[in-house]
Amino acid sequence: MTDVTRLTLAEARDALAAKKLSAVELTKAHLGAMEKARGLNAYVTETPEQALAMAAASDARIASGAAGPLEGLPIGVKDLYATKGVHTQACSHILDGFKPDYESTVTANLWRDGAVMLGKLNMDEFAMGSSNETSYYGPVASPWLPAGRDGAWAREALKGDKKGLLVPGGSSGGSASAVAAHLCLGATASDTGGSIRQPAAFTGTVGIKPTYGRCSRWGMVAFASSLDQAGPIARTVRDCAIMLRSMAGHDAKDATCIDAPVPDYEASIGRSIKGKKIGIPKEYRIDGMPAEIEKLWADGVAFLKAAGAEIVDISLPHTRTALPAYYIVAPAEASSNLARYDGVRYGLRVPGKDIQSMYENTRRAGFGSEVRRRIMIGAYVLSAGYYDAYYVRAQKIRTLIRQDFEKAYAQGVDAILTPATPSAAFGIGEKGSTDPVEMYLNDVFTVTVNMAGLPGIAVPAGLSADGLPLGLQLIGRPFDEETLFSVASVIEESAGRVALPQPWW
Amino acid sequence: MSVDQATVRRIAHLARIAVSPEEVPHLQQELNAILSFVEELSEVDVEGVEPMTSVVPMKMVWRADAVTDHAGAEVVVANAPTSEDNFFVVPKVVE
Repeated sequence: MTDVTRLTLAEARDALAAKKLSAVELTKAHLGAMEKARGLNAYVTETPEQALAMAAASDARIASGAAGPLEGLPIGVKDLYATKGVHTQACSHILDGFKPDYESTVTANLWRDGAVMLGKLNMDEFAMGSSNETSYYGPVASPWLPAGRDGAWAREALKGDKKGLLVPGGSSGGSASAVAAHLCLGATASDTGGSIRQPAAFTGTVGIKPTYGRCSRWGMVAFASSLDQAGPIARTVRDCAIMLRSMAGHDAKDATCIDAPVPDYEASIGRSIKGKKIGIPKEYRIDGMPAEIEKLWADGVAFLKAAGAEIVDISLPHTRTALPAYYIVAPAEASSNLARYDGVRYGLRVPGKDIQSMYENTRRAGFGSEVRRRIMIGAYVLSAGYYDAYYVRAQKIRTLIRQDFEKAYAQGVDAILTPATPSAAFGIGEKGSTDPVEMYLNDVFTVTVNMAGLPGIAVPAGLSADGLPLGLQLIGRPFDEETLFSVASVIEESAGRVALPQPWW
Repeated sequence: MSVDQATVRRIAHLARIAVSPEEVPHLQQELNAILSFVEELSEVDVEGVEPMTSVVPMKMVWRADAVTDHAGAEVVVANAPTSEDNFFVVPKVVE
C-alpha cells in the first residue's frame, strides 16, 4: 500500500480486519504526516508514545479476534475533551498546564472500541469562534489554498503570521484541518452554534452534530450547556456514521444524556430515500446570498429529487431571530460556566493585592478578547433589571424556533435541506477585527439547529468559483440521525467525493 | 439598549475581569455592537410563550445519594497553581 493516510476510516478498518495492514503501521504513517504538517498548527499536542502503545494493543486484539468496531484506527481529539494525563485546555491560556485525572465519556467510548489517539487538536478558545483564530495557540491554516496561490507561496505564509491563507472554520478548526489534510482518519469535534458543521463545510469534510442528548457531555469543557453537543468530523458520511455510533450512548454522569439504544448508523448509508419528504425553508434564502450558494442548494434539491425524494417548500418563520437569540443564551450560559476559572483550583494564577484582584487579574490575562467579551455580555444580560428583557425573552424565542421545526415535521417532513454556510472559507485575519458581529454571521444557517436541539449534518456538495469546497446542511427530526446519514450519502454520491488538497505544506 | 462606560466597568466587575481605563471605550463599542445586533428581538411577539427550559423533552433522572468516584485529595488539588497539605491556597480573605 502506498500512502495509508489517504484511506477512509472505513477502508482502513477493512484493511486492518483483512490483515493487509497493521495498526502500528497505520499509526506510524499518521504520526509521520503530522510531523510534516506542523506548520498548519492543527495539533496542539501530539501523543506519539501513547498512540503507538494503543496501536500495539490493537494489533494484539486483532490477532486474538477481540477487535472492537474502531480497532486500531488513529483519530485526533479536540482539545475540549478531557483526556487523562494529557493536555486539556480548550486552547485557553487560563487552563495552562491542566491535565485531568479523568477521561471524557465520549473519548472513553472511542478507546473502548479500539480507536488510537494521535493527539489533541487546535480550536477556538473555549469553542468561541468561527475561524479558529481565537485559540491561545494561534490560528490553524486550512490545507485548501486561496485562488491564485501556490504551495511555494503558502509555505512561506505558514512561516509567518499565516495571513492570506484560509481559515478552516471554527470552532473545531483543528479537527477539520487535520481530517482534510489526512493527519487523522477522523476527529472528535463539538458544536454549540455550528462548530462542527461550518468547519466541515469550509474544508470539504463531513461533520454531524447529533441531537442534544445523544452524546454525553461529561468531561467536555463546557461553553453553553443547553447547546453544546459532541460529534465527529471525517472524510465521508460513512466514516462519520461509524464514529458517531461509538461516541454516542447513555451515560449516568450526564443527566441530559438520553437512555436509548444507539442504532447501527452505518447501516443507513446507501438506504433508499425514495418517498422521503425533504423540506426547503424559504427563510434561508437570505438577502445577498451569493449565486454560487443558491446554485449549490438547487443542485442539492436536484440530487435528492433524482433519488426519488419529494421536495416540499416549508416555512420556518423565526429563523431570523435565531442568531441574535443565540448571542444572548450562549454568552449567558458561558458567563456562568466560565466562572469556575478563578486561579484557585487549576490553570493560570496572576497575583493581585487581594483575592478579588487575583481573580480579576487572572481572568484578564487568562481569557482572550473574544471570551472576555462574551462573558461580559453574558453577565450583562443576566444582571438585575435585564434578565427578563434579554435572557427570558431569548428563551421564549427559542421555544418559537423549536415550534417552527415541530410544525414542519408534523407535516411529514423527514429532513430539511439548507446551505451549511453563507460563503466559502475566508482568509486568516480577514473578518471580525472591527465588528465581532461580522464573524457571528457565519453561523446563520447552523445556529437554529442548536437552538432547537436537533441533529444536523454538513456534507460537501460542490466547489465555489475559486475552487473551494461548499457544503449543504441537512436538519433532522430529534434522534433521527439515521435519515440524515441516508440522505447525506445520496448528496455525497451525487456530488462526487471532494478531491482533498495534495500536501504542499 | 446600549451601555455607557460606567456600565462597562460594572459588568467587568461582575464578571471579575480587570479592565484598564484605556480598554473601556473599545469594549463599550464592541458590547454595543452586539447589543444592537440583538435589538431586533424586542420586535418579536412572545406573548403567552413559555421560555424554553429543556431543549429535548426528557425525564429528570435521580441517582443514589452516594460517594461515586472520589479520587482522593491529592488528585483534587493536583492541578492547583498553589496548594499546601491538600488545601487550595488563596490570598488572605479575612482581616
